[in-house]
Amino acid sequence: MTTPVLSVRDLVVEIPTREGILRPVDNVSYDIAAGEILGVVGESGAGKSMTGNAVIGLLDRPARITSGEIHVNGARVDDLPISQLRKKRGKEIGMVFQDPLTSLNPLLPVGEQLAETISEHLDVSKPEARARAIRGLEEVGIPAAAERIDSFPHEFSGGMRQRVVIALALCAEPSLVIADEPTTALDVSVQAQITALLKRLCRERGMAVMLVTHDMGVIAETADRVAVMYAGRLAELGPVRDVVTEPHHPYTDGLMGSTPIASKGQARLRQIPGNMPRLTAMPNGCAFHPRCTYVQDKCRVDPTPRLGGADPRAACWYPLRGADVEQAS
Amino acid sequence: MLAYIIRRVFQSLVVLLVVGLVAFSMFRFVGDPIDNMLGQERTQADVERLRTQLGLDQPFPVQYYKFLEQAVQGNFGISYRQSRPVSEIIAERAPATLELAAVSGLFALGLGIGLGVFTAIRRDGIASNLIMSLSLVGVSLPTFLIGILLIYVFSVELDWLPSFGRGETVAVGGWTTGFLTPSGLKALILPAITLGLYQMTLIMRLVRSEMLEVLRQDYIRFARARGLREKSVNFRHALKNTLVPVITVTGLQLGAIIAFAIITETVFQWPGVGLLFINAIQFVDIPVMAAYLMLISVMFVGINLIVDLLYFAIDPRLRIDGRH
Repeated sequence: MTTPVLSVRDLVVEIPTREGILRPVDNVSYDIAAGEILGVVGESGAGKSMTGNAVIGLLDRPARITSGEIHVNGARVDDLPISQLRKKRGKEIGMVFQDPLTSLNPLLPVGEQLAETISEHLDVSKPEARARAIRGLEEVGIPAAAERIDSFPHEFSGGMRQRVVIALALCAEPSLVIADEPTTALDVSVQAQITALLKRLCRERGMAVMLVTHDMGVIAETADRVAVMYAGRLAELGPVRDVVTEPHHPYTDGLMGSTPIASKGQARLRQIPGNMPRLTAMPNGCAFHPRCTYVQDKCRVDPTPRLGGADPRAACWYPLRGADVEQAS
Repeated sequence: MLAYIIRRVFQSLVVLLVVGLVAFSMFRFVGDPIDNMLGQERTQADVERLRTQLGLDQPFPVQYYKFLEQAVQGNFGISYRQSRPVSEIIAERAPATLELAAVSGLFALGLGIGLGVFTAIRRDGIASNLIMSLSLVGVSLPTFLIGILLIYVFSVELDWLPSFGRGETVAVGGWTTGFLTPSGLKALILPAITLGLYQMTLIMRLVRSEMLEVLRQDYIRFARARGLREKSVNFRHALKNTLVPVITVTGLQLGAIIAFAIITETVFQWPGVGLLFINAIQFVDIPVMAAYLMLISVMFVGINLIVDLLYFAIDPRLRIDGRH
């Protein structure tokens, strides 16, 4: 087996506060192989973005990694000093941010921002960096890239700006890209274009992509595998088709029930009762048990089982099988 | 953009007309100039003759127009006290003030921006906290006290620097400069620090708070996520984005440095226009006061105009009609 591009092992991120230590990311493990898109899905505050930020080392203080390991291309990165990690940012790990309106420096032409990043990581001359910047813009589908290169960010539309952001994240040819809600701030009509673009670039370059989103629809269309997060923990991790058609974790089932998917022909969308627990008030036992329709006594007492314990895919004491789901719906 | 500039120049002219009116009013309302010019021994005929000769019998708008006409040509009349043209006196004094203002402006700007960036980047460092605490002193101590303290320490106790005057000056054309002699440069240090200290702390605190704000922005995170060096993130990306508000304040402060050099010039007996103005007030030398008022307002208006144009240079979002 080849080494995965990204390998996260038992990652724990903690935030010390006055009310005690919070764990926005709790024992998360997953791999992403080259050319694979892993969708990370969950509600706000489930720890999706926090995981991505931990990988690239951009956790906002006082959040910090307290245990676990992160490997990129086989090399451990979570314990690197910032000066070493900086060299990997952009070159090995690219990141696409959520809001293209705020993630570009308004005072610098986009070409300069691109060329600057290219020159930082690759040993190329100035004209070569500029030529590469133009090619980068062409690759993400900016028309007349050679003329647009000296434009300022405000001269692009929202969708075009997100393309520029992607070009920037990819210009030093990283093998891993973390896309943190890349389509959330965009018009629906543009969302599909951007996800298609990410998918194409992933295939063409054989990059590993971590696609963080709360939109199950985007995941279903784009990702190869999906990791469902709930309250900082992985609830379910598996191939997208299996997870979508036959969820094993009751939370995933709830998510699916509340997402409109054309092929399913649902009469009504279900909703999951209640809210995700706050990190300051985590319930005993399984974190999902207060909202779970299938809750049993064991769930209220015993902590969430590890992924692959009771079920190969879901972190649940009583994973759903096809029959149960039919009954419930 | 051209339309914008024309509009701004027009606004500036209106401001200058109003200031001119105030300056001109001083002649009429701060005592009767005839009284000031003729001594105790005068006849009614002398008074009338002088009044006609000076055009003071003409209606107010006509006099105002004549005043402006002369002022535009740089003619502000003759000083009551020195009996020389005011323009000549000011031209003689201006280099001292401008050199002082330039040095203290550079001091305030350079050190202010540098320390502001430093304290923003090392937000929790001991040095930053120390600088921030000291800057409070700089903001709260009055200028004259700082000047006196500096004189006490560096002139009286240590005897390193002169306590008053400009030192030796060299005339280059019509301009007397203190930059070319060691004693002239030494004499500049204390007054420049005194004059610039308040502006320096102000600029520093402004740069710091703007930097902290900008460093929280997404594009800074994104710049970091692309692996750019801290130096590039801090200066190329962050500092430039703080400059618009900084330039606004700096522009106004530069005007303030020139206009309110009065106190520093008095403390250090600096032979500039500020000292000239103080003396003019003492002797009710109205032509000098009026000229000073006009000069300062021209300076403020000019600086504001330059500041507005600098916005365009820095922020491409304002140049809407420039491209595309």
